[in-house]
Amino acid sequence: MEAPIRATHILGFALFFLLFFVCRSSPLHDLLISSAERRIDLTSHIVKVYLTLKVENAGSSPTSEILLAFPPTQVDHLATVEALVTKGKRKKTTLVRLDVKPTELPDAPNGTKYFTIYLANPLNSGESTTLEVLYLFTHSLEPFPAEIGQSESQLVYYRDSALILSPYHIKQQTTFIKTPSTKVESFTRVEPTNRAGTEMKYGPYEDHPPYSSSPILIHFENNSPFPVVEELVREVEISHWGNLQVTEQYTLVHGGARHKGVFSRVEYQSRPTLSGTSSLRYLLARLPPRVHSVYYRDEIGNISSSHLRTDSRKSELEIEPRYPLFGGWKATFIIGYGLPLQDFLFESSDDRRYLNFTFGCPLLETVVDKLTVKVVLPEGSKDPSAVVPFPVEQHLETKYSYLDVVGRTVVVMEKKNLVPSHNSHFQVHYTFKPIFMLAEPLMLASAFFLFFVACVAYLHIDLSIRK
Amino acid sequence: MSAKESSNAALRYLNTGNTLQHAFGDVLSYFILLLIGILAFSIRIFSVIKYESVIHEFDPYFNYRVTQFLTKKGIYEFWNWFDDRTWYPLGRVIGGTVYPGLTLTAGSIWWLLNSLNIPLSVETACVFTAPIFSALASWATYLLTKEVKGAGAGLTAAFLLAMVPSYISRSVAGSYDNEAVAIFALIFTFGLYIKTLNTGSLFYATLNSLAYFYMVCSWGGYTFIINLIPMHVLLCVITGRYSSRLYIAYAPLVVLGTLLAASVPVVGFNAVMTSEHFASFLVFIIIQVVAFVYYIKGILSPKMFKVAVTLVVSVGLAVCCAVVAVLIALVASSPTKGWSGRSLSLLDPTYASKYIPIIASVSEHQPPTWPSYFMDINVLAFLVPAGIIACFLPLSDASSFVVLYIATSAYFSGVMVRLMLVLAPAACSTSGIALSEAFDVFTRSIKFQLPGVSKAEIDVGETSSAIAEEQNVAGKTEKPEETSKDRPSRKKKKEREHEEKPTKAKAEKKRLLALPLVATVVSLLLLVFLGAFYVLHCVWAAAEAYSAPSVVLSYRAHGRLHVFDDFREAYAWLRHNTDVNDKVASWWDYGYQTTAMANRTVIVDNNTWNNTHIATVGTAMSSPERAAWDIFHSLDVKYVFVIFGGLIGYPSDDINKFLWMVRIGGGVFPHIKEADYLKDGSYRIDSQATPTMLNCLMYKLSYYRFVETDGKAYDKVRRTEIGKKYFKLTHFEEVFTTHHWMVRIYKLKPPKNMIRGKTKKSKPKTSSRSSSRSGTKKKNPWH
Repeated sequence: MEAPIRATHILGFALFFLLFFVCRSSPLHDLLISSAERRIDLTSHIVKVYLTLKVENAGSSPTSEILLAFPPTQVDHLATVEALVTKGKRKKTTLVRLDVKPTELPDAPNGTKYFTIYLANPLNSGESTTLEVLYLFTHSLEPFPAEIGQSESQLVYYRDSALILSPYHIKQQTTFIKTPSTKVESFTRVEPTNRAGTEMKYGPYEDHPPYSSSPILIHFENNSPFPVVEELVREVEISHWGNLQVTEQYTLVHGGARHKGVFSRVEYQSRPTLSGTSSLRYLLARLPPRVHSVYYRDEIGNISSSHLRTDSRKSELEIEPRYPLFGGWKATFIIGYGLPLQDFLFESSDDRRYLNFTFGCPLLETVVDKLTVKVVLPEGSKDPSAVVPFPVEQHLETKYSYLDVVGRTVVVMEKKNLVPSHNSHFQVHYTFKPIFMLAEPLMLASAFFLFFVACVAYLHIDLSIRK
Repeated sequence: MSAKESSNAALRYLNTGNTLQHAFGDVLSYFILLLIGILAFSIRIFSVIKYESVIHEFDPYFNYRVTQFLTKKGIYEFWNWFDDRTWYPLGRVIGGTVYPGLTLTAGSIWWLLNSLNIPLSVETACVFTAPIFSALASWATYLLTKEVKGAGAGLTAAFLLAMVPSYISRSVAGSYDNEAVAIFALIFTFGLYIKTLNTGSLFYATLNSLAYFYMVCSWGGYTFIINLIPMHVLLCVITGRYSSRLYIAYAPLVVLGTLLAASVPVVGFNAVMTSEHFASFLVFIIIQVVAFVYYIKGILSPKMFKVAVTLVVSVGLAVCCAVVAVLIALVASSPTKGWSGRSLSLLDPTYASKYIPIIASVSEHQPPTWPSYFMDINVLAFLVPAGIIACFLPLSDASSFVVLYIATSAYFSGVMVRLMLVLAPAACSTSGIALSEAFDVFTRSIKFQLPGVSKAEIDVGETSSAIAEEQNVAGKTEKPEETSKDRPSRKKKKEREHEEKPTKAKAEKKRLLALPLVATVVSLLLLVFLGAFYVLHCVWAAAEAYSAPSVVLSYRAHGRLHVFDDFREAYAWLRHNTDVNDKVASWWDYGYQTTAMANRTVIVDNNTWNNTHIATVGTAMSSPERAAWDIFHSLDVKYVFVIFGGLIGYPSDDINKFLWMVRIGGGVFPHIKEADYLKDGSYRIDSQATPTMLNCLMYKLSYYRFVETDGKAYDKVRRTEIGKKYFKLTHFEEVFTTHHWMVRIYKLKPPKNMIRGKTKKSKPKTSSRSSSRSGTKKKNPWH
């Protein structure tokens, strides 16, 4: 598995240098976007943007990189960028995922940040292609008013630009914004602007030069709770006796408008539709199938309000925090469960094994600010390496668990700002000799043996001085 | 059952006298002890299996918090720990005021396991400390009873103690309290004392001092030891049973034990200064004198001895009078006569209710009722008299100690229900003796009734039947033993018979004691039945009565388990959603839990060391809203919570405890009068209640907006509609109420209305200051 990684690295470097020269040599203005359509989904607290770009190469030389531009304020909240290209004609279209990498440009105006999409086939001059780009923002809805009472609904601001920020000339563009309800307090008008039901339409706007923008502000009601996991530590412990033990420690906060003043239980219980509508009552965690010994607790003991539903394809754990979370309220808890090892651990040749497990947070519709995944390998395993589909920080630790002598190797991976789409699989490869499994039972057996020998010896030796 | 059978087998083998078989018997009795230990441990983990692995009750949360501190910061930080998160603003010196035995024990268990790379949490170590020590305690009981009446009685007593409900109530898994380890230390100290008394070995005397030291570390109840053992020594001396063994058993204990006890910070100089310890020193002096007299007697001729006696007595009396006068003067100069409040309330059961309402307000300090004896020691209560009789047949130094122990502890348990715990080991020991003796007698009778020996029976027909009747009477009272016991005892009898066979005369004597076969069998069956009843009761008590953690309430209805986890809901809310330095006020019962689970500073807690402080909180709770706000505000309190059971019918809520708050508050602040809260002497919260009651803070915080739940405001605990249904809070606001309304948390409103003028005046100042600051900033363009 190492060879492909190295290959991608080399490829990455090569591309980077290539890009560098391309940027120098061919001006960006060779490309233009003939039409762009953007759909912004504001229904949950994760802002989803679907961008459809029709890119045309107006220059003379073929190019295979297309730049996406983001204002610096948005880049901090950008969780993921994906680009897809449609292949095939008409009915037989398939979507192909493209490489997207963050890029630095030397003369970026106003600190604009870039992502480069690498096309599979270079775009020859005069040709055009259609790209589907999806990107997600977290923490982009600002509650206003920032503090609300129990029975008030939660209003938020969303800031963006009516025009798509792009280093290219855009001939025609439209933006659709979907709000969770029809209740919109105010929105900036950039004519032509229409609003119908839960959707707003900005545009179409014709012929805008590169880097043009027109700020808009939308103030609307979003009563969905904003579950944010400030920190999540997932520990996956492999036992070759057949179990995979997962322990997840959550620090959960409601990221919406802060709760202000009184919390009245009588109102909350008697009028659930009016009072505390944006409060976080329960969470749903999607766990792998065949999960067993699930527990849900916090530092002061078991939390009894949870339900587990299992079927052959998935397990769903519905958990309620100890108390409903209003804006700004926090809770910490631990979820732990065991899984059958054979579902996740696979053997490759000569004692190489690899674990295949999901990376992200199992809670649905949840933003994770900081995630640490620790894979605890069994004692005696060697040469660990991790393969993760996106960049993460990695290092190794040693952990001592039940009767360990040399300690277990722990592969630690850290990533910030995660959304549910990061729930993809990662692999950890390592070498393990099955004989190490017997180390601890043998140790215990010999300890008991020695104890009995000592007893026998004590009973048969006369230590008295006087006979 | 296997244990019992094996014990039978062991005993049978013992009789043969063969060394191999003898060793085999030893191994078997160790095996039985091991099984008893496992039984003691496993009967206590019902709470973990039925509920969860969690710390129970109130005090254990404090111990748990101290243990966490110890494991995190180490032993030196622990000794010097000044806790500023409790008794705000006074704080509390934890290191010097806590009995460290339990904490150090659990801390070392945790440390040991972790150094073996067994990563158990501190909580787990704490939860299982009590069951582990109850196994040790049953082994200690074996030691104690074996020294008194032999191994059979020892095993029986150990078995009884392993499952005695009184001890289970304090040592289920999660009940992480001082008593859990202290009872082991208590029995072990007594056991070693008897062992020393029987052997006269300095080795055991030293061990005894160490066990006593451990007891002093663990529990304030150590004063019981240091008074009971001198009493026994005195008894032995007076009854002419003085021996060098007695001297060796007692003198090292006092010298070493007092030195060691004084090195425990919480005891310190109390070990020599307070009246609780005087008895031991007095007896120490007496035993020195007696020893000296015996020594002199040995080396002098009788005549010379008489002369010496007159000389010594005249001089000695003068010295003694002087010393006693000084002592009396010293003691009398102290207001409590040198006794602590709790000890005094033991000696004078009415003392606490007269002078210290805080001690009297604790339910475990009340005198027990008869049902609680039946609940806590069950059939042992009927076996104890038989055991005492058995102790007198014959009376030895050791058995007289057990008699003394049961007599004093029976008295103490009658004063405070909590001290039932001290009675339990004594009751188990005597009952073990009684059962063992009873089975001995019955099985021996059966043995003589067997066809082979029936000839002798006829000779002694009349006398034996007469004796049999007597025995039956005794046997009936002794029934509570278990089925398991009868088999081992039978074997014992057989053993004894075997031993006695060589001397025919002895055998004849024994035959005189033989009972009719039918009576014996019936008695045995009744004993077995009684034992089975005891086992059933103990298992029931362990599983149902004593294993529920009081922080979580649960009940079964309509086939579903309903859980009221409101306490932890409230504590978790406080922990995560208030500032870490906020002060939280509540009645003192919840202080330990608040500091441990919510990690917030409390005003008062279960360590009731400062009566005035508790009275302040009690006064605030009994005052009208404005006055209460003033009191709480002066204590920097930001949140106040009350426990309210009226919605779901939880009876031990704050409204039911309220009269104690009034009493304790009124004891220090006389403007609070209990009579103001009572209507014609009865405590009520309905429309007949007094206006003082209906306007006090406790009433308001408990019933705020309660009427909106059902429209009638029906209180399920008091079974009545409340008196005042619609009212508003002016100085407090509700910030959190748990799911079942059991905990209601209120926040003190900020004092803006009262000092608005001041803030207005001060505003220009602050603004000018800030503007000047920003002005200076502006001057520096680089900032």
